[in-house]
Amino acid sequence: MSGQRIPGGTEIDRSRAIHFDFDGQRIAGFAGDTIASALIAAGVSVVGRSFKYHRPRGIWGWGPEEPNAIVDVTGDSHRPNCRATLEPARDGLTVRSVNGWPDAARDRLAVIDRFARFLPAGFYYKTFLWPNWRLFEPGIRAMAGLGRVRPGSAGFAAQAPEDARCDLLVVGAGPAGVLAALTAAEAGRDVVLVEQAPHAGGSLRLRQAQIDGMDGAAWLRAALARLAAAGARVWLRTCAFGVYDHGLVGLAQGVGDGARLVRLRPRQTILATGAIERGLPFANNDRPGVMSAEAALAYLRLQGVLVGRRVAVALASDAGLEPAQALAAAGAEVTLIDARGAAGQGALPCLSGRIAAVQGRDRVRGVTLDSGASLAVDTVLLAGGHTPSLHLYAQAGGKPVWDDRLGAFVPGHDPEGLSVIGAAAGHLALRAALTSAAAAVQGTAPGVPDAPHRPSLAVWPQPGMKGRVWVDLQNDVTAKDVELAAREGFASVEHLKRYTTLGMATDQGKTSNLAGLALLAEVTGRSIPDTGTTTFRPPFVPVPLATLAGLRAGPLVNPLRRLALEGEHRAAGATLREAGGWLRPAFYGAAPEAIQSEALQARLTVALADASPLGKIEIFGPDAAAFLDFVHYNTVSTLSPGRCRYVFVLTEGGILYDDGVLLRQGEEHFILSCSSSHVAGMHAHLEAWRQDQFPQARVMIHDTTPHWATLTVSGPKSRAVVAALASGLALDDGALPHMAFGWGWFAGTDLRVARVSFTGDRSYELSIRADRARALWLALREAGAPQDMTLLGGEALMILRVEKGYPIVGIDTDGATLPMDMGMSAPLTRKRADFIGRRSLMLDEAQRPDRPQFVGLAAEGAVPLPTGAHVLDLSGPAPRSDGFVTSSRFSPFLRRPVALAQLRGGAGRLGERVVVQHMGQRMGAVIVAPDQIDPEGGRLNAG
Amino acid sequence: MQSFPCPFCGPRPETEFRHDGEAGKLRPALSCTDSEWSLYLRARTAARGPSREIWTHLPCMETFVLQRDTLSHRVGEVAP
Amino acid sequence: MARHYSALALVREGLTGHKGWARAWEAPEPRRRYDVLVIGGGGHGLATAYYLARNHGITNVAVIERGWLGGGNTGRNTTAIRSNYFYPESAALYDLGLRLYEGLSRELNYNLMVSQRGNLQLAHSLHDVDMGARLVNAMQINGIDARWLGPDEVHTLVPILNRGPAARYRVHGGIFQPRGATARHDAVAWGYARAASRLGVHILQGCAVQEFLIEGGRCVGVRTPLGEIRADRVGMAVAGASPALAAMAGFRLPISSYTLQACVSEPVKPVLNTTLISPPLGTYVSQSGKGEIVIGGALDRVPSYAQRGNLPVLSQVLSGLLEMFPDFRQLRLMRQWGGTVDVTPDSSPILGPSPLPGLFLNCGWGTGGFKAIPAGGTLLAHLLAHGSHHPISRPFDLDRFTTGRLIDEGAAAGIAH
Repeated sequence: MSGQRIPGGTEIDRSRAIHFDFDGQRIAGFAGDTIASALIAAGVSVVGRSFKYHRPRGIWGWGPEEPNAIVDVTGDSHRPNCRATLEPARDGLTVRSVNGWPDAARDRLAVIDRFARFLPAGFYYKTFLWPNWRLFEPGIRAMAGLGRVRPGSAGFAAQAPEDARCDLLVVGAGPAGVLAALTAAEAGRDVVLVEQAPHAGGSLRLRQAQIDGMDGAAWLRAALARLAAAGARVWLRTCAFGVYDHGLVGLAQGVGDGARLVRLRPRQTILATGAIERGLPFANNDRPGVMSAEAALAYLRLQGVLVGRRVAVALASDAGLEPAQALAAAGAEVTLIDARGAAGQGALPCLSGRIAAVQGRDRVRGVTLDSGASLAVDTVLLAGGHTPSLHLYAQAGGKPVWDDRLGAFVPGHDPEGLSVIGAAAGHLALRAALTSAAAAVQGTAPGVPDAPHRPSLAVWPQPGMKGRVWVDLQNDVTAKDVELAAREGFASVEHLKRYTTLGMATDQGKTSNLAGLALLAEVTGRSIPDTGTTTFRPPFVPVPLATLAGLRAGPLVNPLRRLALEGEHRAAGATLREAGGWLRPAFYGAAPEAIQSEALQARLTVALADASPLGKIEIFGPDAAAFLDFVHYNTVSTLSPGRCRYVFVLTEGGILYDDGVLLRQGEEHFILSCSSSHVAGMHAHLEAWRQDQFPQARVMIHDTTPHWATLTVSGPKSRAVVAALASGLALDDGALPHMAFGWGWFAGTDLRVARVSFTGDRSYELSIRADRARALWLALREAGAPQDMTLLGGEALMILRVEKGYPIVGIDTDGATLPMDMGMSAPLTRKRADFIGRRSLMLDEAQRPDRPQFVGLAAEGAVPLPTGAHVLDLSGPAPRSDGFVTSSRFSPFLRRPVALAQLRGGAGRLGERVVVQHMGQRMGAVIVAPDQIDPEGGRLNAG
Repeated sequence: MQSFPCPFCGPRPETEFRHDGEAGKLRPALSCTDSEWSLYLRARTAARGPSREIWTHLPCMETFVLQRDTLSHRVGEVAP
Repeated sequence: MARHYSALALVREGLTGHKGWARAWEAPEPRRRYDVLVIGGGGHGLATAYYLARNHGITNVAVIERGWLGGGNTGRNTTAIRSNYFYPESAALYDLGLRLYEGLSRELNYNLMVSQRGNLQLAHSLHDVDMGARLVNAMQINGIDARWLGPDEVHTLVPILNRGPAARYRVHGGIFQPRGATARHDAVAWGYARAASRLGVHILQGCAVQEFLIEGGRCVGVRTPLGEIRADRVGMAVAGASPALAAMAGFRLPISSYTLQACVSEPVKPVLNTTLISPPLGTYVSQSGKGEIVIGGALDRVPSYAQRGNLPVLSQVLSGLLEMFPDFRQLRLMRQWGGTVDVTPDSSPILGPSPLPGLFLNCGWGTGGFKAIPAGGTLLAHLLAHGSHHPISRPFDLDRFTTGRLIDEGAAAGIAH
């Protein structure tokens, strides 16, 4: 039949047997097997079904280049689309083939292949037009995709990313990479050597070699020991998947079933990424049993797996000789087929010529040659030459150049800080690879006997080949598809790729890009270099999303800021919610009753709220006043020390960016209390303009927000509560009127007391060092008890400020709102000096009377208007929006709903009745002034 | 991930920086025309290749001018 | 020669080895002069040429493209088509695009795989709910299909969305546009190119603008590696390359060019049936017809023409995505890339005459150009045919930045900039 286990295998441990399930079949293997090697050893031929035509497919390769053996693996976690050639075989796994129904061996959709002639590349662009794509799409979507997501199953585990630096990064621990790393490390450089396989060695793992008189494996062992002794970091199971800006290399370092992201910044990078073996073009070259010769050698030497008994080895390169000889030595019947002509290879029978077609369906049965000769075989190994792996080189900005002798692209000029050695640079022979490695690090190459070999022959698919010749196995693209694309004018290599999907599968065309390109060149009458290559994009191999996401999950995604008094709030029964980037108390007790009762009580007696997130940015210096006059809409230089002013900050477009309260501490000292959600933005805004316009010594800015806790006491009884603190500050309205502030003393430190109100009632904002917040909180609660004080959450505060008509920037304003729209026009006429945004306020557009303006709305009825409802203009043929409700609540104090809105020309429409629409329902409302509770402002001083 | 040179702190990862616009824009006087104001406020060179830009290093708030290539991402001179 | 596409043609050609398919578009010798020249062979430019021929009978048209057609943002985007915008002007513009997409495959005789499985914008907080209501109502008043979905409805529509108690962003509901769609992006460029070519339009690839020909203060053509090409009117639809061309023409635009990143996972069987946007996480996601999960992320506001992804933005976008969809922890990233997007201060496009007479602009679509290709093409064609605005394009004229009459869709979301 096909594969079997035989003695040998340097990387398996026969003392540790394992078993796993593959499509219901129990597979035996050993530790050190990959899923692929265990399947081959168990005689499994068909491991998957091709994406489009559902053709049976077997294992092609032995590493990341594998196009066919994609499986879903379930153990402790579920991981779809794993590459069987990379997945370690572990005990107890459940492995499922993909894209076959019910499984790959018995796929009922295999019948599709009978209609293949009607389903060439791009066929779906030419049909499904009638009656509608919508009818066909669900069926086609259901057939697309390879593996399956299992909702509810754990996937890859989260790993913390790491940042690392080194002097020299060497990618690839094959002979060239090991030599370069070793030479550099022993010269005293800080070296990191990464290798995506679980073992170092590259080609030395499977091919015989003589280096410095030792055999390759011994040389490797000694070299690795010297590397360790020299302090080099050698990371196995670590794949360099991308080169990013300024030389940063993204590494996926294997951890368990997944990987950790390592962002490595090397001073210099050497790529020793090797070369990938190519296949050969002939009819039905996708059959199970057609494999890379090198892969067969790997399975034999590493895992003791003989891939077949009657084996044809088709050569266009001497690289196929060693696999052929090794398999023959292991007991297989091997025949060589040399595309370069038979030249007496020694003991093995050799035919001259090329394979024309393979027979067999679920497994190779035989081959026929161009000459007409045929052979009965169960395995066809292909040694079509090697393609240097230039992915990372190209990502770093390198431009590959065509090497006609090799029939491959090789690196051109080195990008800054990066060079390529070994097979990746086109030095496919060991001696040349080691020489290039030594040269890159100013070292000496070890002695390697000269190995004369015949030149390789580049065998590309030709136009007009008979039968179906595969170019891209995973996306099911044949030579005829490439010809069709060219015929239809998709002659650029990018168009070819996108039209046929060649190279766009999960293997990123590692075994197909060049063949497709060569055929396209031939068909369009251009040279290969003129046809170009497609852009290489990271990642080199698929990387788990979880690896890139790192540990940011759950609360670590945009983490919320927490209050110093959070414990107190929780103890008081608060429900905490996100507000402006902070976790803040929304209400205390059970909603919705708690919200209404807090808001009512606040107006009747007194309420206590935690306003600590309020920004406190200190600005001082001889030019502080001039600076703040420039930054603010309002004039602030006329503010007296000890006083506060409500201010707007605009963008240069004149848009209202933030509102706040400015306190003047002294001639040259101000404190800006900006809204809690804008603190970082305000600080950056101030600092940027300061650095642009004012010298460092004249204005200094310091954000002290986290240093201060601020507690607000508001209501008719608020003065009595604050007085009970006995802070030493005189609290009579003569000494401390509304919009003034002063300093007292509490808990051994300064207490700033500012009469600023966000509720419309008499209100005191008390600011103290954050580590004394709890003492102040407890003292205020105690002082408030005899006054029937309530705690005030964010929701109740919303009711109070909506009643009062106080806007919140970003809720009652949007990114087009100008200060005049909010009713604040005085600075524009009274202020002489220039300020940020002033020029924009002079545009005609800013002066239009029908701009959206800030108003209140009184609902007709007891139900609050829905926030987001639009006010309609019904004067024209179709309804248009005249504005929208920005805030809306039920007021327990007024016993009716209150709302705020932006309304076109609203300031001139007070008293007008309007129609409001929400989700298709209409209701009535009347336009009123925003302050619906105390337009005279008496409550600010009441109590 | 790019690395930018803060004149104060040295080379730091790009996530610590904020781009603050094209360097060399002069704020016109209030007497400018609507057109001149619009050009100052809105017009960009958006150079494809070498460009002079204003950057701020957020941890230290140092604002500086950086020469940078927007195509190759090469970083050039820094002026604090 | 098989020119017309149909299942019948496919069967016929299938029986005879597919030798008879005509070229999708011709590669003609350039003329010295055309009636209209369109710079930019992406979706917008090709659509413009098509509509010039079809709507206005102007076929003496050339589209010049410096690379290969559709190779810019048209070939790099995440294929979402929607018209859930706030202002009536935007609603008219984007819904024109969506309506044209709905019938486009048949009209072009090319299957663009326009798949209307809806577009859902998630609300993750009470504030989002309020802003969502504002948008849904605006859309409904503007005559655009929009529904508000409650959290249960959202979770029914998207079963794999995180509804665990530890979710960072709970779902409070969503804005759903049932007509929202995706399409095969390359096919849009190819479909327009083929249809335009069949109507006689010349498509010239590998033809970059080296210089504008300006005579008497008017743009009369361009100089290219293929020689001088003159035209009565010239239109520009080059997205991220707009500032460079503007500089050549002697003016500056209110445009910054940034890299917008996108990535795809390996293909899996269907698991996500609609297009989803989460504004606070800055992520949008859908599943392509091939099974790949297509992920788009927040704009990296660093001027760049490099068209490639970087790790910090990728990590940020993916951490948000995995928070929304814990099941995607099972997936791997297959490919990562970027495009150069031209962003205006108000996140609305620029359509209309440029400061250089004879040269007309279609640019500034930022991250939202793909959905508007049929609209941009229709409107630029109108401009080039008549020399003046279609009513839908007038509000998007460049002069709005001088008058201050911005159409600020970003502002409508509350962001002051």
